[in-house]
Amino acid sequence: MTATAGFHMPKPVLAIEGLTVSFDGFKAVDNLNLYIDRNEVRVVIGPNGAGKTTVLDLICGKTRATGGSIQFKDRELTRMKEYDIVRAGVGRKFQTPSIYDNLSVFENLEMSFPKGRTVFGALFFQRSREVTARVDEVAAQIFLADLLQQQAGLLSHGQKQWLEIGMLLMQDPELLMLDEPVAGMSVSERAQTAELLKRISQGRSVLVIEHDMEFVKSIAHKVTVLHQGKVLAEGSMESVQSNPKVIEVYLGH
Amino acid sequence: MNALDKLMGGRQGTVGLLILAALILVVFPLVLDAFRLNMVGKYLTYAFVAVGLVLCWGYGGILSLGQGVFFGLGGYCMAMFLKLEASDPESTKIQSTPGIPDFMDWNQLTELPALWVPFHSFGFTLFAVVAVPVILALVIGAALFKRRVGDVYFSIVTQAIALILTVLIIGQQGLTGGVNGITDLKTLLGWDIRGDGAKLLLYFVNAALLLGCILIGKFILASKLGRLLMAMRDKEERVRFSGYDVASFKIFVYCVAAGFSAIGGAMFALQVGFMSPSFVGIVPSIEMVIFAAVGGRMSLLGAVYGALLVNYGKTYFSESFPELWLYLMGGLFIVVVMYFPNGLAGLWESHGRKWLAAFAKRPQPAVAAAPAKPAAQPVAKVDSPSTHNSLETQP
Repeated sequence: MTATAGFHMPKPVLAIEGLTVSFDGFKAVDNLNLYIDRNEVRVVIGPNGAGKTTVLDLICGKTRATGGSIQFKDRELTRMKEYDIVRAGVGRKFQTPSIYDNLSVFENLEMSFPKGRTVFGALFFQRSREVTARVDEVAAQIFLADLLQQQAGLLSHGQKQWLEIGMLLMQDPELLMLDEPVAGMSVSERAQTAELLKRISQGRSVLVIEHDMEFVKSIAHKVTVLHQGKVLAEGSMESVQSNPKVIEVYLGH
Repeated sequence: MNALDKLMGGRQGTVGLLILAALILVVFPLVLDAFRLNMVGKYLTYAFVAVGLVLCWGYGGILSLGQGVFFGLGGYCMAMFLKLEASDPESTKIQSTPGIPDFMDWNQLTELPALWVPFHSFGFTLFAVVAVPVILALVIGAALFKRRVGDVYFSIVTQAIALILTVLIIGQQGLTGGVNGITDLKTLLGWDIRGDGAKLLLYFVNAALLLGCILIGKFILASKLGRLLMAMRDKEERVRFSGYDVASFKIFVYCVAAGFSAIGGAMFALQVGFMSPSFVGIVPSIEMVIFAAVGGRMSLLGAVYGALLVNYGKTYFSESFPELWLYLMGGLFIVVVMYFPNGLAGLWESHGRKWLAAFAKRPQPAVAAAPAKPAAQPVAKVDSPSTHNSLETQP
């Protein structure tokens, strides 16, 4: 568990080794190894039930591992509290857009600004110029600059997806995990989101789960195919797409 | 942005608070006789609990059905001090052990229990009135919220705690005065609290403390913590995975509600002159939730009106139709939760303001009415999840 994958050069930001979780004997993730490099955009694909979302749950602490290790910048995440994992620099977007419907777009973004996170910090938090500037900056990136005062519940589905991505950007995480970010988006929204992802992946690593192959092609540096909780194949989009095993269990359907 | 304006919730919030302050500080004392005013003072002690429930239930989504525990503990702390003062050796010389409270003597106690000793000090008592309930809330909150016990399960646990405390108090007769509670409270630091003048002064102290609690509540809701509470009700997971320790915010707001309730309880003991387990158990705890529900659980001011109106109704009806009152109260709660989830304050937001505007500007009622509506909408939407919640916990 020490000297994690010393042969990887440069050292990965995220190193998952021997990760296993079993639910009542069913191994949703089975002895998984996965390394994500700095500034890499990695897409994880695979059939339903392959364990993709579970891997994200394990990394962010929502689900606790039965065995194995998750090292993020030399910190072991499997024993950390959810909020400490976030504070260490891991941001995670959920599959269905998770935003605060009753707050405005501005307030949604402000909630994720990494200040005033303790009880008394929040009680005496001041909306400083720094906060407003950061919110404006992020809102412009996620195409919501004109809707800051809008109540978030009234946004379209695609805009909600963007807003949640924006909320993660507010935290400026080093590892950004997105669970199906373009699900339910129109074609033009997908293209915009691909552009957005390319822009925000500058200077950070991004781990994406996605089913939409066109979208995957347009963003992925490297693709990992999961099947029954194990890595079935890993490599460039082309190599994965031509892999007979992958075609059989996933792409062939 | 004007900080004071923000604190008050804009100009409307300031006006609302001023109207309430005028009502309880000026109108009631002028209009009501000493007996009725003391009764209003008693109702206002329940309003402390209701205001706390607005924070923890309305905004925090934590439905505590055991706030009577904190009201009672605050009240008992104050009553213990007053009882010790009323039990000086001179006035208890006919007892077999003079100088201890009468009920202890009846229970064959021969010396003051250690638990009671610190309550000789008024300073300690003031501290204990708030600290004991808040520490209990801290322990309950930490035990439950850290383990992510929420919703209905939390409500059930709070009921169990209310029941346990009632049983404890009744069972430990020598220590607590049992089912009769602590009675015959006479003086506070030598000052007779039973006269009309003293009651008037206590009424004002009570009213001022209540307004203070409302201001603290407004401060909390206007802060980022207030928005976090609403965010947690919407999407708790999202808040947790945005780097917040969700449990700590729930514990905080639960402790604040407990502290408010305790102040109410202490003022109750002072104004009414006794404290008994009948203010601790499940029924009074649920009644207090009804005050908040009727007044509007998203409105700090509404909760005060709710406490006043429901208690007035209770006094009126239980004098005329004593056996009907409980059914009426239950029916009232069901009607409010089903048809007016935001209570009186919600009705005022959606209709009252419009009527007022239409009345003020007869020529163009439609224009005047327009701005009132969007403001009311978000509040109405906020509530649907917990409305559900409270229905489910209503066996």
